[in-house]
Amino acid sequence: MRFIEEKIVKLFMIGATALVFVFVASILYTIIARGLPALNWDMITKLPSGGFYIGKEGGVLNAIVGSLYIVGASTVLGLLISIPVVFYINVYLPKDSKLAYIARLSFDILFGIPSIVYGAFAFTIMIYLGLRTSLGGGIIVITLLIIPIFIRSMDEVARQLPRELLDATYSLGATRLETMGVVVRQIAPGIVTATLLSIGRAIGDAAGVMFTAGFSDSIPTSFSQPAATLPLSVFFQLSSPSADVQDRAYASALILTIIVLILSVVGRFVTQKFSKNKI
Amino acid sequence: MEASSITKDTVKPTAKEAHLSVRNLNVHILKNHILKNIDIEIPDKSITCIIGPSGCGKSTLLKTFNRLLDKTENVTITGKVLVDNENLYEKDAEVTHIRKKMGLLSQRPCPLPMSIYDNIAFGCKIHGTRNKKKLDEIVEYQLRAVGLWKEVKDRLHVPANKLSIGQQQRLCLARGLAVEPAFILADEATSALDPISSKHIEELFVELKKDYAIVMVTHTLRQALRIADYVVFMYLGEVIEAGPAEQVFKNPRRELTKKYLEGAFS
Amino acid sequence: MNKKFSNRIFKDKLASGVMLGLTTLSLLLVVGIGIGLYLKSQPILEQKTLWTLLSTTEWKPSNGEFGFLPFILGTLWITGLAIVMALSIALLTAIYLTEYSKSSVKRFVFPALDILAGLPSVVYGVWGTLFIVPWISETLAPHFVEYATGYSTLAGGIVLGVMILPLLISLFVEIFSVVPDDLRNATLSLGATPWQTIKLVVLRKSFSGILAAVVLAISRAFGETIAVLMVCGNLPVIPGSVFDSCYPIPALIANNYGEMLSVPLYDSALMLAAFFLFIVVLVFNAGSRIILHRIER
Repeated sequence: MRFIEEKIVKLFMIGATALVFVFVASILYTIIARGLPALNWDMITKLPSGGFYIGKEGGVLNAIVGSLYIVGASTVLGLLISIPVVFYINVYLPKDSKLAYIARLSFDILFGIPSIVYGAFAFTIMIYLGLRTSLGGGIIVITLLIIPIFIRSMDEVARQLPRELLDATYSLGATRLETMGVVVRQIAPGIVTATLLSIGRAIGDAAGVMFTAGFSDSIPTSFSQPAATLPLSVFFQLSSPSADVQDRAYASALILTIIVLILSVVGRFVTQKFSKNKI
Repeated sequence: MEASSITKDTVKPTAKEAHLSVRNLNVHILKNHILKNIDIEIPDKSITCIIGPSGCGKSTLLKTFNRLLDKTENVTITGKVLVDNENLYEKDAEVTHIRKKMGLLSQRPCPLPMSIYDNIAFGCKIHGTRNKKKLDEIVEYQLRAVGLWKEVKDRLHVPANKLSIGQQQRLCLARGLAVEPAFILADEATSALDPISSKHIEELFVELKKDYAIVMVTHTLRQALRIADYVVFMYLGEVIEAGPAEQVFKNPRRELTKKYLEGAFS
Repeated sequence: MNKKFSNRIFKDKLASGVMLGLTTLSLLLVVGIGIGLYLKSQPILEQKTLWTLLSTTEWKPSNGEFGFLPFILGTLWITGLAIVMALSIALLTAIYLTEYSKSSVKRFVFPALDILAGLPSVVYGVWGTLFIVPWISETLAPHFVEYATGYSTLAGGIVLGVMILPLLISLFVEIFSVVPDDLRNATLSLGATPWQTIKLVVLRKSFSGILAAVVLAISRAFGETIAVLMVCGNLPVIPGSVFDSCYPIPALIANNYGEMLSVPLYDSALMLAAFFLFIVVLVFNAGSRIILHRIER
C-alpha cells in the first residue's frame, strides 16, 4: 500500500517538474513563433512614423533606446547607492546589530513592494513638484525599484565574507574604509550577478515607468523629456486593433525576451565561473 | 515496574537472531576510494566498536549497513553486506525492510518534530500498527527500557525537543527499538552528550546487548575499552585489525594498531 | 605621520556618516511611500467612510461613486487561483528536486526556473493573450459555459500562477534543504519510505517556512500589474465564475492614471487603492520575512 503511494506521488512530482518545462517551452515557443515573422531590421533601427500605430512604417528604436537609457542610468545610480550600504551593513556594523537586522528586513520589504506602488508614489511626488512624465522620473523610479535587488543579492555574498579576512586587513593597520578594496574584490561575483538581475528586472518593468517616464515616439534628448520603454511599447502596440501592429507587438516582445535571455545566460555563466575561484 | 499492568511478554519485541557479515566491500565517491576491500564479521549479542582516526571511513562503513549512502551523489558500492545470508546490495533488495532491521542512533539526538509519544509510535504507525492500546503499550514499554518513563510519563504529549539533550538521545534509542530491529547502529552516539547522559547510554548498550547486536563508531578509545566486546580498527578506508576487544587492546597484531592505541596519532 | 594618520581616521568617520545616512534614507523610503500615499488618499476618505468605499460595488468616478468591492474581489479571486495552482506544482517540484532527483536533473531545472523568473511581465501578458486566453475560450470553457471570451479571472490566475512559480520553488528548495539530513536518516532508519519521510517529517518540520513562502508569494501576486491586466478582461463587476472577466486593483490603477487628474477625487481614489496594496504587501512581506529570517538561523 505505502509502496503504491510512493510510486503515485513520485509520478505526480515528475509530472509537476515536467510542467515547469512545459510552461517555459510554451512561453518561448509562443513568443518566437509569433514574433519572429514580424521581426525585421526596420523594427530595431527605425523610429515609429506618423501612422505607426495604425499599421504604417517604422520600428521601436525609440523604445529600445529609451529602455537602454533608463536601465543604464538607474543601474549606475543603483550601484553607487547600494555598494556603500552593503559595505556599511557588513563591515561597519557588528554581526548581530539591530540596525543591520532592521535594514535587511526593510530591504526585503522594499523588494516586495510592487512596481505599480512605486510608480504611483513617484507620480504623486512628481505632481507635487510640478514635474511632467520624463526620462529623469523613469530613471529615479527604476533606481528605487532595483536598489533592494542590488542590496539583497550583494548582501547574500557579503555575509559569507570571512571575518578573519577583515581582521587580517585591520591588523595591517587599515581603517574600516580601507578594507573596502578587499571587500569589493571578494564580493565582485555578487556585484555582477546583482547587476544582471537588476538589469533584467529594470528592463522588464512596465508599471513603474508607465507613470513616470511616460511614452514618446522620439528619442529623448534631455532628462525632462518623456521616454518610451520596450514593455510599454509592446503593451500599446498590442492594444491596437490592427493585426499588423499586433504582430509588431509580438516582435517587440521577442526583442525584449532575447535581451532578458542573454542576461540570464551571462548571469549563470558568470556565477559559475566565479564560484569556482572563490575562497 | 511491578506496578505496571502490562505483562512484559505481550509487547516485548522479539529481537531476531541475525548475523551481519561484510564481504569485499568497496565504496567509491567519484574517484575517491573511501572504503577498501572491507571484510569483517559482526558478532551477535555483543558490542562491536569501530575505532580509528577521523576520516578513516568508519561512519561511511556504518552507513553502508542500512544503505543510507544510496542517496549520495556519484557513489558506487561493490561487494556484499550479508544479513542472515541475504545481501543488502542485491538488486531487488527491499531498502525500507533492511533499514527497519537496523536501528540508527546518530551523533546528535534527532527527535522528529512531534510529541514524545508520537516519536516512538511513529515507526509502529508507518509499519501498520494503528491500535491505540497496542501503541500505548509499546510507548510505555520502550520508554521504560531506556529509563525515560518515570521522567516523562506525565508529559507524553509535549514536543520532543523540549527534553534535555541526554533525554532526547534516549528517546531516539527507544524510537529505534520500537520498530523491532535486529541491530543497533550508533554513530558516535555519545559525543554530543554530557558525561552523565553518555554513561547512561553506555549502560543501556550493555543492557541491550543481551538482545541485539550493537555496532558503534567511536573515537574515544576509553569508551571502546569500557564496553567493547569486539573491536574493528580502521585506517584510511581499510580495516587494519579486527578481533575480540581483549586481544586487540592487549596484544595488537599490527604495528599501526599499536601506535594508534598508544596515542601516536589520532 | 601623525597628521596623515588623523586624516585617515577622519576619512573613515566621514565615510561612516555618509553610509549610515544612505542606509537610513533607504529605510525611510518605506515610511515615505506609506505616508505619501496616505496623504494623497485623504481627500476621498474625508468625503466617504472607508467602509462605504470597501463594501459598495458601483464604480462611476464621474458621478463620484467609488465602490472598491469588485476590484478587491477580483484581486482576491485571481490571487487565490494563482496560489492554489502554483502551490501544488511548486511543492511537488521542490520536493522532487531536493529529495529525489539527481543533480543532472537540477542542472536543467534551475536554468529553466531562471528563465521563468527573468521574463518580463509583459511577455507573460503576451503569452497569456496568445495561448491561455484562446485555450480557455475554445477548449476549456465550452465544457462549462455557453460563451466565454477567454479574457477571464481564470486566465489571470493561470498567468499569475506561472509567474510566481519560480519564486515559490526556489523558496521551497531553500526551506527543505535547511531540514537536517540527520532527521531524514533517522526516519528512513525506522523503515519509512522516502515519501513517508517527506510527508510526516520534512513537511511538518518546514511548515512555518512553507507558510511564510506562500504569504510572500501572495504579496508578490497582489501587486502584479501588466500581465494580469492584459488577460483578465477588466470589467468592474464581481466575477460570477472563473470564466467571467474581473478587474484587479493594480490594473485599475494602471488603466486609469491618465485621466485621474481630470475627474474630482479620482486621483485620491486611485492613490487609496495603491495605499491598500502597499499596506497588504507590507504586512504580508514583513511577517513572512521575519519567519524566514528565524528559520535561516
